[in-house]
Amino acid sequence: MTPLVLKGARVIDPGSGFDGVATVVVRDRIIAEVNSDATAMVPPGAEIIDCAGLILSPGLIDAGVFRADPSACHVGGITRVVLMPDQQPPLDDPALIAFAKSVGKPDVWVHPLVAATQRLEGHELAEIGLGQAAGAVGVATGRSAIASSAVMHRLLSYSRAFDMTVVTHAEDAALTAGAVATEGDYATRLGLAAAPPFAEAIAIARDIRLAEATGARLHIRQVTTGEGLALVRAARARGVAVTAGVTPTHWLLNETAVADFRSFARLSPPLRTDEDRRAVVAGLADGTISVIASGHDPRTQEDKRLPFADAQPGMAGAETLLALALSLVRDDVLPLAAVLRAMTAAPAALFGLAGGSLSLGSPADLMVFDEHAPWRIDRDLFTGARNTPFDGLPVAGRVRMTIKGGELVWRG
Amino acid sequence: MPNPSHPAIAAGAHPFPHSHLIGLSSLKPWEMLFLLDEAEQWVELNRGRAKHDNRLSGLTQINAFFENSTRTLLSFEIAGKRLGADVVNLGVQGSSLKKGETLLDTALTLDAMHPDVIVIRHGSSGAVQLIAEKLRCPVLNAGDGRHEHPTQALLDALTIRRRKGRIAGLTVAICGDILHSRVARSNFQILASLGASVRVVAPPTLLPTNVEALGVEAFTDMDAGLKGADVVMMLRLQTERMDGAYVPSTREYFRFFGLTEARLRHAADDVLVMHPGPMNRGVEIDGAIADDLVRSAVSEQVEMGVAVRMACLDVLTRARRGVPDWPLLPVSGVGA
Repeated sequence: MTPLVLKGARVIDPGSGFDGVATVVVRDRIIAEVNSDATAMVPPGAEIIDCAGLILSPGLIDAGVFRADPSACHVGGITRVVLMPDQQPPLDDPALIAFAKSVGKPDVWVHPLVAATQRLEGHELAEIGLGQAAGAVGVATGRSAIASSAVMHRLLSYSRAFDMTVVTHAEDAALTAGAVATEGDYATRLGLAAAPPFAEAIAIARDIRLAEATGARLHIRQVTTGEGLALVRAARARGVAVTAGVTPTHWLLNETAVADFRSFARLSPPLRTDEDRRAVVAGLADGTISVIASGHDPRTQEDKRLPFADAQPGMAGAETLLALALSLVRDDVLPLAAVLRAMTAAPAALFGLAGGSLSLGSPADLMVFDEHAPWRIDRDLFTGARNTPFDGLPVAGRVRMTIKGGELVWRG
Repeated sequence: MPNPSHPAIAAGAHPFPHSHLIGLSSLKPWEMLFLLDEAEQWVELNRGRAKHDNRLSGLTQINAFFENSTRTLLSFEIAGKRLGADVVNLGVQGSSLKKGETLLDTALTLDAMHPDVIVIRHGSSGAVQLIAEKLRCPVLNAGDGRHEHPTQALLDALTIRRRKGRIAGLTVAICGDILHSRVARSNFQILASLGASVRVVAPPTLLPTNVEALGVEAFTDMDAGLKGADVVMMLRLQTERMDGAYVPSTREYFRFFGLTEARLRHAADDVLVMHPGPMNRGVEIDGAIADDLVRSAVSEQVEMGVAVRMACLDVLTRARRGVPDWPLLPVSGVGA
C-alpha cells in the first residue's frame, strides 16, 4: 500500500487537544507520524498530498445510523458508523451482528449495536453477551423506547455486566403512540396527531433513575427538549454515567418546518418549538450534549411521498453532517475542536472504538476539509437517498478528502 | 357576481385567484364571501322545479373518496349533476389502494383520465394537498384527516348568514370533539375571518393543546361556554372515542356535554342550533332540539351544502371553461 504524506494542513486532534499546522504520515494503514516542524520522514514511494489551507482531522464516527451507506459516508468524511439494530431483520442475533459488522469493509467500518430486546419488541432481552462477542459495540432499544420499566431495569443491569453502553430513544411509548408531531400551534393548525413534549422528559427521568440504580452507562441518542436536557445536566452533575446526543435537525429546525405537510420534516423525535431548539443549542454549548450524529436514515420515495402522518420518519444526513455541524462554530456555540470531538473522540470513547484519534499507531481514518467552502445543499446531487429537510440551504464546509485505513477513498 | 361593495374587490382584487380549494386558511375574507354570494343563486335554483343548469356540461367530475362517506359524497354528486357535469364516484371499496397501489399512483391514474375537477376526501391530514400537487385539474378538498373540510364550513357560514342576516358580531359556540374535528378547524377560519367570536366547548381530553392560538376561546364548562351564544354548533362524537379512551362513557358525556333544553337556556333566546351530521341523538344532542324547526338548522345545513358545492364547482372550473376574466392559473403546486 502506498504511504501517504499529507502536508500543510491545520491538523486538529480533538482527543489530544493538538491543533496546529503539521505533516501527517500514513503507512501500513496507521498513523505513523504527526510532525509540526516540517521535518517529517517521507517514506520511499510515498504519495505527497498538499493540504495547505485545509483542515485535517480524524475521520468522523457517525454514532447511530440506520443504514451504512458507503458512498454517502465518503462524501461526508465519515469513516466509521455505529449501526442501529433497526434492520430487516432486527440485529438481535449474533450471526446478524457478525454479518452487519462485515458489510462495510473496507470502505466504511460498521460497528453494530445489538438489539436490546428480541425483535426489538421491548419484551424479552436479546442475546446481548453473544452479540458483543460477535462484534456489537453497544446495546440499543432502537427507534422507540422500551415501554416497560421492568424490562428496562433488567436491560440496564444486565448490560452493565458486559460493560456495554445502552443507547436509548427517549420518548414515552404510550404518550407518543400514534403521534407524528409535537403538541403545539402548528400541529393543531395542521390537524396532526401530536404528543406532548414532556414525553421526552418522562422517558429520560425514568431511564436516568434506572441507570443510577444499576450503574449502567446510558447514552440518550437524541435529547431534543429543554426539560430533557435539564434532567441530563443534573444527572451528569451528580455523577450518573449518562451522555446525550443530537442530530443537526433539532438545533437547526423547529416545528414550523412541518408547515405544508413536508414529509421530509417528519422526524423522530418530532421537531420541537423554537424554545426547545434554543435549549438544544445551549446544551451543546455547555457540553450537556457531547455527541453529534447524522441520524442517517435513508428513505425511499415510497416511504416519504405519502401524507405526512403516513410517511416514515427519518432523514438522509451523512452527506450534510459536517457542514451542518460547522454552523455551531460560525454561530459561536462551540469551538471547532469541540464540534469535531463530538463526532470523533466522543463517540469513540462511548463505544470503545479505535478510530477518532490521530495518535501514533491509530487506524489511518482521516478527513481533510475546507472549513469555509460555500455550497448549497441539493438533494438531487446526493449519492444515495435524498430525503433531507435541508434541501436548498446554503452552508459552508466541505470535505475534500476521506481516507479510510490509509487509503484515499474520496476526493472532492 | 362578486360583491362590488367589498373594498378589496372594488380595488380590483380578483374574487377567487386559486386553482384549488384545499383549505380556508389560505383564503381572504372577501374570497370566502364571494363563494357564499355565489351559492345564493343555487339555493334558489335547488328550490325550484327544474333543478338544472348546464354550465358544467361536458366536464368530468371525479369524486375520489378514500374515506367512507354517504352525505358529503351524495351532496357533491348532486351538486355536480345539477350543473350538468358527468359525475363519477370512486369509493374506497373500488380503490386500488386496497390492492397496494400508492396514493400518488392512484392520483396519476385519475389524472390520466382527464378529469376537469376532482373532489377528494382522505383520512390523513395533508393528503389532499399532496394529491393535488400531482393533478393537472382543480381539486376540491372534501375533508382531509383532522385538517380541513372547507365546504362544510362554507355551508355552515351560509346557513348562519341566511338565518341571522350576518356573521360579524355573533358569538358561535362549537361543542364536542374539537381535537379530531376538521369541521371545527375550517369553521375557526371562516367564522373568525368574517368577524364572529368563536368559542369551543369540550372536555379537556377532546381539546387540542393551546387551541386559543387559533383565535378561539376555550371552555370546559358547557353552561359557561353557551352563555349568550347566538349559534351553537354541535360536533359528532365518534363512538370509539366514548369507551374510556377520551371520555368515560356515553351517559357521562351526555350529562356534562350533551345539548339539552335546560342547557340551551344559557344561550341567547334566538339561538340557532347546528350539527354537521350524522347526529348521535342522546349522546351529544337531545333529539327534541334537533327536531325543533325554529331553532335547529340541521336540515337547512344539508340544503346549503348542495348550493355551496355547486358554487365551488362552478368557480373552480371557470378558467377551463373559458369564462372571461378567469385566467388559467398554474395547477401544479398548491394554489389554494
